[in-house]
Amino acid sequence: MFYTVRSRLIAIGILLVLSIWALIPTNTTQRVRDVATGRMKDTTIRRVPINLGLDLQGGIHLALEVDQSKGPVPDPADAIRRAERVVRTRIDEFHVTEPVVQVVGNNRLIVELPGEKDPARAKSIIQRTAFLEFRITDMKNLFRDALPEIDKTLRQAGVKPAGEAAAAASVTQLFGADTAKAKGKRAKGKPAAKDTTEANAPGALSSLLFQGQIAGEYLVPEEQVPVAESLLARPDVRRIIPRGIELEWGNEVSSRAARSYRALYAVEDRPIITGEELQDARATRDPLTNQSVVNFVLSRRGGRIFERETGRHVQDYMAIILDGRVQGQPPVIKGQIGQRGQIELGAKPLQEAQDLALVLKAGALPAPLTIIEERTIGPSLGKDSITDGIRAGIVGVVLVVLIMVVYYRWSGALAVSALTLYVLFTLAGLAAFGFTLTLPGLAGLVLSVGIAVDANVLIFERIREELQHGKLVRTAVDEGFTHAMSAIIDSNVSTALTAFILYLVGTGPVQGFAITLIIGIAASMVTAIFVVRTFYMIWLQRRPDMATLSV
Amino acid sequence: MIRLFANANYDFIKWRRWAYGLTAAIIIPGFALFLVHGLNYSIEFTGGTLIQVRTPDTVGTDRIRGALDAAGIHDAEIQQFGAPNEYVVRARLGAAGTTTEGTTEATATAVDSALAHGLGAGRYSIGRTEAVGPKVGRELQGKAFLAIFFSFIVTLIYLAVRFEWRFGLAAVLATFHDILTTIAFIRYLNLEVSLVVVGAVLTMVGYSLNDTIIIFDRVRENLRKYRRQNLYEILNLSINETLPRSVLTHGTTMATTLALVLLAGEILRPFALVMTFAIFTGTFSSIYIAAPLLMYIEKRWPGQDARGARAFRPAGTVPLDTPQPPSPPAAGGSRSKAAV
Repeated sequence: MFYTVRSRLIAIGILLVLSIWALIPTNTTQRVRDVATGRMKDTTIRRVPINLGLDLQGGIHLALEVDQSKGPVPDPADAIRRAERVVRTRIDEFHVTEPVVQVVGNNRLIVELPGEKDPARAKSIIQRTAFLEFRITDMKNLFRDALPEIDKTLRQAGVKPAGEAAAAASVTQLFGADTAKAKGKRAKGKPAAKDTTEANAPGALSSLLFQGQIAGEYLVPEEQVPVAESLLARPDVRRIIPRGIELEWGNEVSSRAARSYRALYAVEDRPIITGEELQDARATRDPLTNQSVVNFVLSRRGGRIFERETGRHVQDYMAIILDGRVQGQPPVIKGQIGQRGQIELGAKPLQEAQDLALVLKAGALPAPLTIIEERTIGPSLGKDSITDGIRAGIVGVVLVVLIMVVYYRWSGALAVSALTLYVLFTLAGLAAFGFTLTLPGLAGLVLSVGIAVDANVLIFERIREELQHGKLVRTAVDEGFTHAMSAIIDSNVSTALTAFILYLVGTGPVQGFAITLIIGIAASMVTAIFVVRTFYMIWLQRRPDMATLSV
Repeated sequence: MIRLFANANYDFIKWRRWAYGLTAAIIIPGFALFLVHGLNYSIEFTGGTLIQVRTPDTVGTDRIRGALDAAGIHDAEIQQFGAPNEYVVRARLGAAGTTTEGTTEATATAVDSALAHGLGAGRYSIGRTEAVGPKVGRELQGKAFLAIFFSFIVTLIYLAVRFEWRFGLAAVLATFHDILTTIAFIRYLNLEVSLVVVGAVLTMVGYSLNDTIIIFDRVRENLRKYRRQNLYEILNLSINETLPRSVLTHGTTMATTLALVLLAGEILRPFALVMTFAIFTGTFSSIYIAAPLLMYIEKRWPGQDARGARAFRPAGTVPLDTPQPPSPPAAGGSRSKAAV
């Protein structure tokens, strides 16, 4: 393959471009707490896409298990899946970017909250018992009818709508039947028929809301959610919200026409039934219609209540609310339901049905969790660690550069310039594969700079030996590379094997270290053998009559 | 140009018995201490609670102890950590008399409130908290041993394929020696054995193997090149030939680990210290343990390299500068591979 300098330079160029591309700062959207209002807002920041571990950016790491100390739990694996579902629902309460909720093994749940500082609060939110309830949505559109009043109050209070232009457009979308028709998909739900507004001026709240597919469902553009939240939390607004109606956010973000929306539901404040009465829920696929369904079973008492309530609410929509979040889109009640009910999800994948079944069971059988491991790292300590690590790294690299250049002169300089590529490749590898850089990983990176030159040292020593045996410069370089190869490959492969085992067996920080080591070994092989060889080829091409080599 | 140890001709193997003595002098007392006192395991392994506190001014460990005593936490270990105004409070599971999973994080909360009472709320900030239940600790211990065990097996297989089993056995035994000396070193300095330190030990395993393989690769090559020298001479020759490389590579690696020891902060220091020692012991064992062991193994179970005329010829009877033609290229060293 790479016999010519040109093909080699092209290969190096491609690697270089790929690495730089992997490291270009990208825009990331983060939900952060606004200091002034205490509300959440989305901000976009540009940063290099390398994930920092909790030990570098600060945050809370929790490992939880199903608590079996108060009696055995029949199916711990199932219980931990329910717990995962519940914690996922609550994760927004933490207001952190990139939280991790992950089931490890059979019965362990890992929760990582970067940037969160208050462990007591985090634990109380995670360990809170799950609460599930079914509520009928606002079928009479009481909330919608109250919107003009709310807008008026807000106008009097001096709250201006978010943006005039956007607002003007959204009013028609909210109440105009034309738009509903145009977006044909919406026709399934009850159309927003009545054109009630005296559309004199855009309202501060109504300009944020778009009518959803069903009664009581509103869509709020994702970036406006914090504004809507803060408006709805105002005491003067709360007073006008009709009696018997509460507002709950949906758990999912849906996207339409390149914008994402979060659903807001106006629901009755009284649940028709709660998770206490639920006994079981199972997802299946109807073999005849090939539709996903969730079958659920209620207690006998629950069955009686549910029968009465569903009889009263045929053709109404029933929101399934877990911990104050509406799960998915509320299904319609088709007829009276007793102890056994079925939720049809239509053509949606079975996965979604299983997820819903998990939600129902989470409310029915809350899994008691016990914390078996907790780590909290303050953000300042994390910053200190980065600063110290980088300082040590720079000093280490400078020392390596000095040793190499003083000892091997021009050849050393070649190796050192290849070393810059090495650091670039390693960081790009971390970014491209989405691995997380931890404090031990940082140490591994620094250490690997020292080890990275080993291949070059082996090659240079070989070249010196060959020169000493009286060989010509060109031959000596060729033989030096050839003879050093077996040592380089054998030693690096065995080190990589050890690092790989470290990765397989280790946890968290040790894995981070192993990853940087493995990527480092791969990158050092490429730079020390391929890149330095290319440099030599160029050098020898320019000075074909070179009698002595600076090595 | 600078040339260190070029054309060196030391008789390393002759000093092997002295080397055994030296290494025994390091390992045996270290292990005696290890058996009596055990190692200073971090709470990751023992289970327990660790809290790192930073105060605006130096308050001294006594005041922190006082604050904890007042709150009824008596068994905690308090240590200054790095800067004079930073402290680490450790309550290990056995010591604190707590045995259930949930109590470790209760201890963290208790320490926090004790400090709030004793020092005043807002007069300190908590840098990090770790609370680990006993179950996690037990799992980690098991995993660390598994990792070392598997890395040995894999290395044995790899070296058996690339060299032959005698080389693999010698390399693995030399690395095992390094683990023993490193444990002794950790014991002497009473370093805290955390997950990261175990990571350092495992990296040492890789590094030491790497170094041994570099020398063995030269032995493999020289065995083919010089058909009549005996193993003793070949080993010495190979070590001497690779000496400049050893000095340079260990120099650069040592430069980075020392930078980590001095500058990378308190959390990484045990890791960096172990790595620095690992470079010493890895180099030492490659020369004085792995090479003599290979000789011993070849004597005991003679392979192709130790048979025939080579084995019976007294050392020094054949001059070194007569390589036996034709000298085949080193294994895997064909031109096409080198061009990769």
